[in-house]
Formats: sequence, structure tokens, C-alpha cells
Amino acid sequence: MTAESLLHATSAPGERDAHAPVLDAQDIGMEFGGLVALRDIEMKIPAGGIISLIGPNGAGKTTFFNIVAGIFEPTRGTIRISGLPLIGPPRRAWAEPIVWITPAVLVLLVGYLLSLVTGNPVMLETGILIAMGVLIVSLLTAIIRPPWFRVALARLGIFKSAQPHHMVRAGIGRTFQNIRLFQNMSALENVQVGMHLQLHSTPVDALIASSRQTKEEEASRVRARELMAMVGLAGRDDELARNLPYGDQRRLELARALGNDPSLLLLDEPTAGMNPNETAEMTKLIGKLRDTLGVAVLLIEHDMHVVMGISDRITVLDHGEQIAEGTPEEVRRNPKVIEAYLGAPE
Amino acid sequence: MSIQNDVIRPQGQSPRERLNERLAPVTAFLAAHRSLSVLIGMTLVGIALPLIILLPPFSTFQSSSAWLNNFTLAGVYILLALGLNIVVGLAGLLDLGYAAFFAIGSYAYAFGASPFSGIHIPFWPMLIIGALVAMIFGVLLGAPTLRLRGDYLAIVTLGFGEIVPIVFKNSDTYTRGTNGISSIYPPELLGYRFSTIELLPFYIVMLCIVAFAMILIYRLQDSRLGRSWMAIREDELAAASNGINTVTTKLLAFSLGASTAGLAGVFSASKLTFAGPDQFIFAVSFTVLAMVVLGGMGNIWGVAVGAFVLYMIQNVLLKGLNQFFDIIHVPIISDINFIQYQFLLYGLALVLMMLLRPEGLFPSKRRRQELHTAEAGGDEAVTPADEAGGVLS
Repeated sequence: MTAESLLHATSAPGERDAHAPVLDAQDIGMEFGGLVALRDIEMKIPAGGIISLIGPNGAGKTTFFNIVAGIFEPTRGTIRISGLPLIGPPRRAWAEPIVWITPAVLVLLVGYLLSLVTGNPVMLETGILIAMGVLIVSLLTAIIRPPWFRVALARLGIFKSAQPHHMVRAGIGRTFQNIRLFQNMSALENVQVGMHLQLHSTPVDALIASSRQTKEEEASRVRARELMAMVGLAGRDDELARNLPYGDQRRLELARALGNDPSLLLLDEPTAGMNPNETAEMTKLIGKLRDTLGVAVLLIEHDMHVVMGISDRITVLDHGEQIAEGTPEEVRRNPKVIEAYLGAPE
Repeated sequence: MSIQNDVIRPQGQSPRERLNERLAPVTAFLAAHRSLSVLIGMTLVGIALPLIILLPPFSTFQSSSAWLNNFTLAGVYILLALGLNIVVGLAGLLDLGYAAFFAIGSYAYAFGASPFSGIHIPFWPMLIIGALVAMIFGVLLGAPTLRLRGDYLAIVTLGFGEIVPIVFKNSDTYTRGTNGISSIYPPELLGYRFSTIELLPFYIVMLCIVAFAMILIYRLQDSRLGRSWMAIREDELAAASNGINTVTTKLLAFSLGASTAGLAGVFSASKLTFAGPDQFIFAVSFTVLAMVVLGGMGNIWGVAVGAFVLYMIQNVLLKGLNQFFDIIHVPIISDINFIQYQFLLYGLALVLMMLLRPEGLFPSKRRRQELHTAEAGGDEAVTPADEAGGVLS
């Protein structure tokens, strides 16, 4: 894990490695206490591919999702996003507090030495005061974790798994199993929040109402309307998200996930609770998004029509283990898969 | 929100709706030019208030200079409420120790411009310095505590709000302890020295500061940052999953809220020429929170009006009642000190409010919709039942 690779993780999407797979998960393992939730999961998603993750309830599908989204830290393995190693178990995490404290200790030592040399205790007192200030600043830096700080830590060999917003920056958008919209914000605002990383005006821009701010706001509204039209929600700008019908809420969440221009979309049961009509529309929509935007999709789904219909490849999980991987046709015929779903033959 | 999108009602128009329709171009213009509308509104209010108090029911109540004094101090509370509205109303972080930042602003001015410290920095730069100092303390409090949520954050901020005045009270050598720092220098402008007797200049300065703060907060609210705050209030995990750095965003809410309190503190210290620990007790934090809730969380004008009304009730109406019953000598009632019952009144007001008008006196359009769709026809919106198991499963 080089410092440079982490540096790239925080740079613009355009600079991502175009040839590497969008997602490359190797040897992912996850334990909650003694419970093994995932074991040895391997997955590669090429740009523009649609991969489905299926399995019975409790197989670990959503756990895997949450690892990819940066919510859980896996206990084993690495995930590379467009070639950048972003997710893995922490390495040398114990060393991080040393980094926080070192500057303050150095200041303290200098103060002490100066007071010894000059024989003036004021030097030590000032040293203590300055050291406290330095300690506060370094703790703040550690909490805010600016990109340069993560790079500096990486130089020292200290690695911590990326947080959700880092993953978004690396090009991952997601929806949730049970819709998590910003219920009391308008549909348009929801999508605008989804475009957070595409906007660059600072709070200062907002305070002085700079031209950059006003132009960007206008542009973001235009783009948000485009995205809403793309998922079939044109003209519903000012409706509160909570007042939209269930199917439209799913669509809105999809539009929001597209806001940051992701290269990989994580969809957690996008057709859950939908009637066959809506399901067919959603399936079509996912295919359309892949074709028009070139976005790769990782899909968790229980509806086999959807899965068999649009997936390029399918990964099957059961009890945290990957029991099959292949094209829909291969998976359909795989005896292990049939066993997992229908039970072992008598 | 530049688009006025009223709920469509089927048939018949009430006179009020017709009026609204006729005024639509005006309201649209004002919504599009928010800073201008704040300026116009504040100017109108600023001119109207000193005139209204010359009329009979008000003029008999107390002298016009007493009124102006009250208005000016109400302005301090309006500023506090505006700042707390960022933290509580927009970002959804319950802060029960907000008076601490008010105290920090006040003492910053007391250190910067009083015979006690022997320094005299002019009032105007001190406004900015006070805001900055409060902002720094906002970051210091926020950084370690913002991982907490809901009740736990409230407890920590409550503690902070108690600690700060106690620190000021106990560090005798630096703050003169319970006596507080007195004879702080009042502001000066172009050689004119404000005095505690001449109240109009203070009143005007207060109006300007409030208008300025309102404009800035409106701009923040309508920006990317304001949306991020609301997103965090609604669903923190979803906000993070859309690329929002929740820690820095919450820190910004905390520090900007704190800086507004710092402004209020500097002004209040210069107006009262005094800063003492008893000005910043928990009651202040609570009063400001009540102002925000009563006025209508999230709505800037609503919060300002709510703060004004509550302050006036607390400091004019209750005192007036005391005097009134003293004069007419009604047995028993004359012996009641109404000011002692102000918290009882707050409690009553808050309970009634939650029952009858949970969106506050002057709610933002959004919140009114939010709290009343459930009654009107909320069954349209199907929400998944199992919220808690969302992340895991």
C-alpha cells in the first residue's frame, strides 16, 4: 500500500486507472466476535459489468455490501477500487497515537532543554502551553482526517480502511435495502445532496454569494433534474421525498446514488416490495443506466427473473461462503446452488 | 428555495388566497432576492418598533428608553436563537450548553476592551475576534463529542455549558470571579462614543448585526453546506454514503453556531459594560432553545420573531404584570412575583405548542408540510417498517 495510491484515492474521478477492474475484492473475511459472517470472498467487476450477489437470507450479502461501502472494516483481505487499495483490516493502527503525541512531546522537550540552558523556568511553562496547543491541533487533525494526513500515515505504513465518504470519492454510489432517503427534503434536494462531491463551492463562497456559488447551484439543479428525468421522476422536483410513492422513492434513491457520477453502483434489493410491473421497469432502468452511463453495477437481489435477466455474472453466497460464481446459465445448473436454495436431496 | 409551490386546493378561493395570488410576484421577487428582503424587512421593523412604543397601550407600560433598552437586549437573544437554529434546527444536533459560547464572546470582549485587562481594542474588530474565539471553542468542544448522537451529545454539551461559567467564576485572578469584569468600554464610531444613556445608537447597531447575521445564515442554509446539514439531520449514514464528510460538516455547524453566539456575547458585553458569570447560567441556554422551538425550528424569520416575543414576555410583560397588580392592590395576586413563574410558563407554552402547533409559531414551509402530511394523507408514503435493522441484516 503506497502513499501515492492513497493520494490518488482522493483525486478527481478522471484520474482513476481505466484498465483496472472497478472493484477487485480478494480474500475478504469478516468476523463479528466469533461469528464468521464472510469467508474468502473473491470478486472482480469490470467497468460496465453487472454482477449479482445472491444467496439465502443471512448468507452475508449485505455484510459484503457494507464492507464495500466502507461501513464495516473487514477482518481479512483487500478491496481495490479502480486499482486503489482502499479497504482492508487496519495495519499498524497502534502506531497512530504516537503520531498524534510526538509533536507535542517534541515541543515540551525543547521547552525543557531551553529552561535548563537558560535557567529560566518561564521557558518550560511556555513550552507546556505551546505543547498543549500543538496537541489539540494534532488531535483535531486526526479527527478531521484531511487527505494529506491519510497520505502521511500511509507513508509511515499505517493503514486504516476507508470511510464511507472516501468510498464515494473513489467512485462508489449505493442504495439501501430499506430506503434511506432524506425524508423531509424535496426530491430535487435529495439528488443535489447526492451530487455533493461534484460541487466545489466552499462555505465562504456561500457567505459572500460568489458568482461561482450561484452558477454552480443553478448548474446542479439542472443536472439533478436530468438525473431525475433519467430515472423517470421528471417534474417531481418539489415533492418531499417522504410523500413519494414507494416505487418512486426507490427511483429517487437511485438518482441520488448517481449524483456523484459513480463508476460502480451498489444496489441492495432495488426491486424489494415492488409489483411485477414495477420490477420489470426497474430492471429495464438498471440496464439502461449501464448502457448510457457505463456504470458498473453490483446487485443484491432475491427476484431470480431480475437476476437471470440482467446479470453478466452471478456470485452465490451461503453461510458466508462463496459457493458458486459464473454466468447465469452456469449458476442455474450448479448443484451446490440448487442445494442451497432447495435443500439437499433426500 | 426560490419556487413558491403552494398546496393545490380544489375549489373556491378565500379572500386570503386571492390576496396571496395578487402578491405572488412580490413574494417571488423577495424569495429570489433574499438578502434584499431581509434588509427591507429589518429596516421596516427597525423603524416601526420605536414608533409603536409611542402609542398609548405601550407608552403607558414603560418609558420609551426602557423599551429601546429591551429591544436592544432582545436583539442579543435573537442573535443567540439564530445561531442555535443552525445547530439544532438545521444540523439536528441538540446543544444544551449554548450559553457557554455566549459567555466566551462576552469575556473575549471584556479582556479585549476594559480597564481591568488594560487593553483597549476597538469594538468593531472585537466583534470579529469574539466570533472567532467562540468559533475556536466550538471546534474544540465539537471535535471530541460529535461522534455522540442525540441524548449523549445533549448531556456533553450540557456539561460544557455548566463548566464554562464555573471556570470564569473560579479563575479569580483573570476574571475577578463572581464580581465579573465591569466598566467595559462601550463601542466608538467615528469619534462618537456610545453611552449607556443614549440607547438609539445601540439599537441601530443591533439591528445591523441581526440583519447581517440573518443574511449570512440564509445564504449558508441555501448552499451546499446547508443541504449537507439537513441531510445529516435526516439520516447520517445516508449522508455519509453520498460523500458528505459528516465530521467536518457537523463541526462547521457547531463552530458557526458558536461564532454567532460569540457576536452576541461581544455586543452584550459592550452594551451592559459588564461581563459576569451569572449572566450565562443554564437558564440562558434553555431560554434560547425554547425560543428556537417556539419560533419554528429551521425557519430563520420564525426563530427571530419567536426570540423577540419570548424575550418581551419574559422581561416586559411579566414585570408589567407585577407593577400592575402592585398598583391596584388585588389581594393575593399582588403578592405573586410573576417573574418567578416564567419557567412554569415556558413549560406550559412548550407543552401546549407540542400539542397544538408542533411546527412552531412561524414554521418553515417544509416543516409545516412535514408535520401535517401525516394527518392529511400520509398513507400514500409507505415507509419500510424495519428501520433499525437497516445497516446489519
